[in-house]
This record gives sequence, structure tokens and C-alpha cells, in this order.
Amino acid sequence: MDHDHYSDAYIRDILLGHRVFAVVGASVKTIRPSYFVMKYLLAKGFDVIPVNPGHGGHIVADQTVVPSLGDIDRPVDVVDIFRNSDAALSITEEAIRIGAKVVWMQIGVRNDDAARLAESAGLKVVMNRCPKIEYGRLSGEIGWAGVNSRTLSSKRPVIGSNGGQQRSLRKDG
Amino acid sequence: MSEERTPGFDTLAIHAGAQPDASTGARATPIYQTTSFVFDDVDHAAALFNLETFGNIYTRIMNPTQAVLEERMAALEGGTAALAVASGHAAQAVVLHTLMEPGAEFVAGRQLYGGSINQFGEAFKKFDWHVKWADTTNAESFRAAITPKTKAIFVESVANPGGIITDIEAVAAVAKEAGVPLIVDNTLATPYLLKPKDYGADIIVHSLTKYLGGHGNSIGGMIVDCGTFDWMASGRYPSISAPCESYHGMVLGETFGNFAFAIAARVLGLRDLGPAISPMNAFLILTGIETLPLRMQRHCDNALAVAEWLTSHDKVSWVNYAGLPDNQFYQMARRYCPKGAGGVFTFGLKGGYEAGIALVGKVQLFSHLANIGDTRSLIIHPASTTHRQLADDARARAGAGDDVVRLSVGLEDVGDIIADLDQALEAV
Repeated sequence: MDHDHYSDAYIRDILLGHRVFAVVGASVKTIRPSYFVMKYLLAKGFDVIPVNPGHGGHIVADQTVVPSLGDIDRPVDVVDIFRNSDAALSITEEAIRIGAKVVWMQIGVRNDDAARLAESAGLKVVMNRCPKIEYGRLSGEIGWAGVNSRTLSSKRPVIGSNGGQQRSLRKDG
Repeated sequence: MSEERTPGFDTLAIHAGAQPDASTGARATPIYQTTSFVFDDVDHAAALFNLETFGNIYTRIMNPTQAVLEERMAALEGGTAALAVASGHAAQAVVLHTLMEPGAEFVAGRQLYGGSINQFGEAFKKFDWHVKWADTTNAESFRAAITPKTKAIFVESVANPGGIITDIEAVAAVAKEAGVPLIVDNTLATPYLLKPKDYGADIIVHSLTKYLGGHGNSIGGMIVDCGTFDWMASGRYPSISAPCESYHGMVLGETFGNFAFAIAARVLGLRDLGPAISPMNAFLILTGIETLPLRMQRHCDNALAVAEWLTSHDKVSWVNYAGLPDNQFYQMARRYCPKGAGGVFTFGLKGGYEAGIALVGKVQLFSHLANIGDTRSLIIHPASTTHRQLADDARARAGAGDDVVRLSVGLEDVGDIIADLDQALEAV
């Protein structure tokens, strides 16, 4: 697996095929990037669980923070890592233990040892990417902010089910 | 289209940013001629105002027609994001508003479009922003002008009207050493001929009014964020790297990463200064861009033929076109814009100021006006028009001396273009 470059299809399949995100390192401050990602994923219909050992029981983006991945009461699909690259290895080990399907490391986070470990356990891995940006890019929403989505399509974008100014991902690319 | 295939420039010029309309299927980009956009509900409104989600609020800040234009330009220049504004001058004002603080300086090559010389030297003084002039043809002169207050370096890739091809890579090295972003005005070259990002530009500005729109019908400007400058590491640009009061203390550079400059320019500069592009103009310029590769090549081919013809005319003392082998910028043009040296150049009349005025009066096909980059051939005598406000020495330094005539060679039959100049020169 080439982790310097991911095909749009690979990212799209992960976002279309999974629903429960555990956000490890989620901040309780509403101006931090993790908050923006959680709010966006929630608005897109994902189930999002903030994970932060220092803030267990706090409420952020209307979700209750849990102290660790092991404390989550339902199956987790994607473990989204908002920690430094070194911390990603132990989080990945825990992600494997709880049966997650995908380990996703945010922009600036990359740990190739963790990636190898996850892949050998059958998980998919995304590193140095942001799910909000990727969803925005592949749905076409990010273009509203003048951002280069690096995608071309002659297909009509899909309007989201929860509002006129929402786009969803196309299943056929 | 296969995922692994990188689309070519001509494909991007037509498709980038423009899917069919989501609600109607309209294939051409609709003109969203509206001031405002309804919110889905109060939560959606709050999310938009807090920059938590992507979407449209008000056309002074963003508009879906404008957004297609922005994404297309970001794609053509290889940037991460872009912001369209009302004019090229507005682009420069918004870029510098994002970078500068009162008392700060920036260094600019002095061989610029006359309007930019006025804006930088006069209008910006009122904001307490100070330009230091350097010599565009000498990268070392930029280094010499750098001080601890310097926030940016500004050059034109192809200078208007001096015919200079800037050694962008050499100036970029100076900017990198000084830890400041390099801003390149790529109006005359367009990304078809030259991509400043490939040579170290961090921010690219355009007057869309010229070749990108290309038909002389709409004013517009563009800011492209190359995503190359590390604002958070620098810490010298508080609009991007410091907590933002009007967004609850959010740090734009932290939240928006490698497109934070474009976001800051939109949600602070454009939001507060107000020079929004109209949806209609965005649409017309977008339509122009679809044929940019075809037009730009023809502009270059015609300009070269006209320049070659003028070289041997007995009333012409010199022709300054970087596409001519004996031009001092010929090698620089071969390196930076091998497809052509653009469609604008100057030449000198042996008859000086009076001959310049006579020539613009005698042409029949060329239009005498203060623009460039139209389908039509255009002519101007800068000393009596665009550069009239400048002092004599500043005019000469900007390449607009008394004997100078500037042509913007259009897309007409090149034989007709030359015939028009021929008859007009006969009467000079």
C-alpha cells in the first residue's frame, strides 16, 4: 500500500462503507480542528465518539467524551487519530484490539510501523489526511470554499438528505 | 476517467470545478445571480458562520458561480485554493491586507503595470504599508531591499509593459532566505504559458480582465494560494497564525492548513473590505477560460509575427519582444515560457511622443484603449495615457518612455493586423 498517495476510490470506499468514527485526541475546545471535523462528520450522518482520557464525561458537539477506545459501548469502524505520530502506534494497537476496520491519521500524523501493524491485522489505513477535507473534496462541497478538489466529473453531484446546501458521495465515483 | 491519470491543462481549463448543476443538471455553470442563500436550519446557519462546514451565505463572501471560477484557477495554477475578487487591483489589496500590518514593508520589482505602481506607492501609504522598490531584472536588488519589517516580495512574471521576463526562481530564493512569501502577478503570461508555483511562488494574483476572461467584457481578479508557505512556523502573519477575534479565537492556519491563506483572504480580507466579483462577471470569465489554451497560443503566434514585421520597418527604432532571438530576455523566455512570450509587447517610434499620438489616431483595426488581452488587437501610447500620472523618470523606468507604443496583439488574421499597422505607420 502506497501511503504517499491514495486513490480517490480508496478514500471514497472508506467514507461510504463506514459509519462509526472514534476521534482519539478530540479537544473539548470548540475552536480546535478536531471539533470542526466532529461537527462536519456528525452533519454528514456519521456516528462520532470523542475519545480523550483527560475529559471523560465531558460533552462536546453534543457527544459524550469517553476516556479510551476500550470504553466505547458499540462497534467502532474508524479510529481517527488527532495525536502526534509517535502516539499513533499504541492507539493503532488498541484500534486492532477493539475490532476497528480502519485506522485514519490526521494531517501531519504518520506512523509507518502502525500502518504495517494495522494492515497485517486486516485493517485499512489512511495517514496524513483529514476526513472532513476528503469528504468535502469527493462530494464537491469543498469547491464552495474555492478549494482545489483535484477531481473532475461530468456527473451531477448528489444532494444530501439533510439539507439543500449538502452534498453526499456518489457511489459510482 | 481513470483515477491515476492526471488531467492535462486543456482538460482542466474546461472541467475543473464545474460539475453539472446538482439540482437542475445544467451543464454550463449557472449564473447564481443572488445576494444570499437560505440556511437549512439554525444549526446549519451557525455552522456556516463558524466556518465549521462548507457552504454559501452571502455573495460578498462567496457564490457558487464564483466558486467554480476559483477552483478552476486553483487547478490551472496548481494551487490548493483560490479567491476571486472584483479586479486585479482588488486581488492585490486583499492579498496585502492579509499579510501586512501598519508600519510593515514589502519589496516589489519597480517594472510593474503603472496602476500597480500607483496602488503600492500611493494608496497603500494610507494604510501605513510601505513598498520598497527593487529592480525586477536583478534578484540581488530584492535582497538589498529586505529589512526586518519586510512581509512579502511582489513581482510580475512577465512585466507590463516593459517586456521583462522575471527570473522567478532567483527572486523566490531571496524570498525563501528572508522567510517571506513570494507573490507573483501572472496576468500577462497566464498559467498556459507559465506556472509561477513551479519556480517558487507562494501566492499568485491575476487580473482576470485580461487573457483569462480574454474577450474584453468583464473585470475580475484572482488570488491563488499555492499552499507552499508555512504560516504557523513563521508566526509573522497574525491574520493566519494568531487567534482570530471574529471567529471566537480560532487560528485559521491551524484549522485550514495548506489553504489557510485563501480562507483568511476570503473570511477577513474580502469579508471586511468588500470587493466581491459579480456572478455574471465570474460566468463570463469562466467561459473565456475554457478556450484559454487555444487563444493564448494564437496571441503568441500573432505577436511574434507582428514583432518580426515591425523589426524591419524604417519608422520603428526598436522592438522589445522577448520572443525575438536578439531580445535580452529571449533566453529567459525560452526557460520560463517556451510556448511563447505572450501577446503584449512594446516598440519605439523614431518620431517620439508626437508619432505615438499620431499612430494611435490612424489605426483602423487596432482599438486605442487602456486594456490588454482582448480577442481584438489593442494599441496604446503609455506616456500619454496609462503612465501619464508618473514622473518622466519613473515612466522611463517602467518602460513607458515618450516613444513607446504598446500592442496587445489580438486573434484577427495576422495579415490584417500587419496591414493596419502598415497603413497607420505610413501616415506617421
